[in-house]
Amino acid sequence: MSARGSAVIAGIGHTAYGAHPGRSSVSLNVEAIRNALADAGVEKEAVDGLFVKFPTSQFDFIYAHKVAEAIGIQPRIGGVWDQAGAGNIGMIAFAAMAIEAGQCEIAIVSFADNPKTGERAGLQKAMGPDEIFGWLGPVGGYAMIARRHMGEFGTTADQLGAVAINARANALENPHAQLRKPLTLEAYRDSKPVVAPLRRDDCCLVSDGGAAVVVMSAARAKALGVPAPVPILGFGQGQTAWNVELRPSLTSTMAAASARTAFDMAGLRPRDIDVAQFYDCFTIVPIVTLEDYGFCEPGGGGAFVTHKGIGIDGALPMNTSGGLLAESGMPGMQLVIEGVRQMRGTAARQVRDARTCIISNQGGIMHTHSTLIVGQPQ
Amino acid sequence: MTDVVAAIPLPLPVRDALNAPYWDALLEGRHTFQRCGACGNAWLPPRNECPRCLRADSWSWETASGRARLISWVVFHTAFHPAFKGRVPYTVAIVELAEGPRLISNVVGIDDPEALRIDQPLELAIESEDGVAVPRYRPVDER
Repeated sequence: MSARGSAVIAGIGHTAYGAHPGRSSVSLNVEAIRNALADAGVEKEAVDGLFVKFPTSQFDFIYAHKVAEAIGIQPRIGGVWDQAGAGNIGMIAFAAMAIEAGQCEIAIVSFADNPKTGERAGLQKAMGPDEIFGWLGPVGGYAMIARRHMGEFGTTADQLGAVAINARANALENPHAQLRKPLTLEAYRDSKPVVAPLRRDDCCLVSDGGAAVVVMSAARAKALGVPAPVPILGFGQGQTAWNVELRPSLTSTMAAASARTAFDMAGLRPRDIDVAQFYDCFTIVPIVTLEDYGFCEPGGGGAFVTHKGIGIDGALPMNTSGGLLAESGMPGMQLVIEGVRQMRGTAARQVRDARTCIISNQGGIMHTHSTLIVGQPQ
Repeated sequence: MTDVVAAIPLPLPVRDALNAPYWDALLEGRHTFQRCGACGNAWLPPRNECPRCLRADSWSWETASGRARLISWVVFHTAFHPAFKGRVPYTVAIVELAEGPRLISNVVGIDDPEALRIDQPLELAIESEDGVAVPRYRPVDER
């Protein structure tokens, strides 16, 4: 079984990113799915797989089935797979494998949440049993990784800032972006500390919204005349088991295994990648991802950002739609959608002649990792 | 206003049969961890099974020396719980005991948290909060 390119992303769809007062996450899922089906040119009756990442802000029992009910389908296979922020790509991979194994033929993978206007208590709770120390919320864990990275490798605040500045610059040209306001290095340096060393501008947005993709086999897409099916060349996953305070290394993660698996499946290496969409819930994450994925040596992520470049003309154009820092704070599906646009040549900030795109998702405090490599429509 | 804020209690650890000996030992001035007699592994936080050899019947509590190392630290400038409104900015650290186990703690007895450095030596400084003895750490005076 050679899975490379056997499945495609046939359609993409999303809601507006930002605030949706009064809308439920199920409603936002429906809008994203409606748009993805229309993009693929597929009727909902043909969908027999439905994979949904549960809303981060509030876990909901049998949530995928509530979405299935709202779109009026009875899928053969589906559900919620909890990999936190790695879940969207994790479920795209699962859908591709399910299709390959004959478990379904056309799958939807969808996510929506409304933490901006709805309940967000789930995003601010304690991370484990250490509340008495004031160990609260997710920012601190990423700040621990950033501080250790700075101490081990000399990574600087300005290098973290360069990640945020790039995201904000790319979002300026993205009509969907929630935050279209340029960021200067001076303004970054003046940004208030949230959990030092991370400042406000190191932290992703809080966003309502939904995004979905349609996955099917390349053969099915051809038979249906799907206009621009983007082949899935490789995927992989990795699980950093230990909580951040317990893991032997704070500065390298199982993202390395996730990327290695995806590169091996695709038959590609980092030098073959033209554009990257890296999960950037906090600015330190793309820096660690560059290292774990093999785009530079361990500890070299900060220098890669400032010297080799992640801008549209840089060595590795990154987060061309603004990422979690500026397009939408939703956990990762928007990165997949931008990757598809780059491969179709329809991105607002298009990387010229881009033939391959790598996308990372991760969740927890860099606990869960998933990687997707896509290519140009055949 | 300060008094009102100070009156909001800290979120205290939930005691159970497994962790009660840990918190009771701290009241006696001892920071303890679990060690597996079968494979020698030492760990925190409390678990029923050794996460290396998975045995449930071979571990016991051991008292730490109080010597430790600063793995990383952060400074909370935001109070994500009302009890910490009067405490920001405060320092939270990943601390590695000389015996190996790591834990979340606070670094106390410092003027400028930004002047700390990774891997610097620390020592146990138990502090009382609402009747709970909390294992915090302070820098070792190296002068």
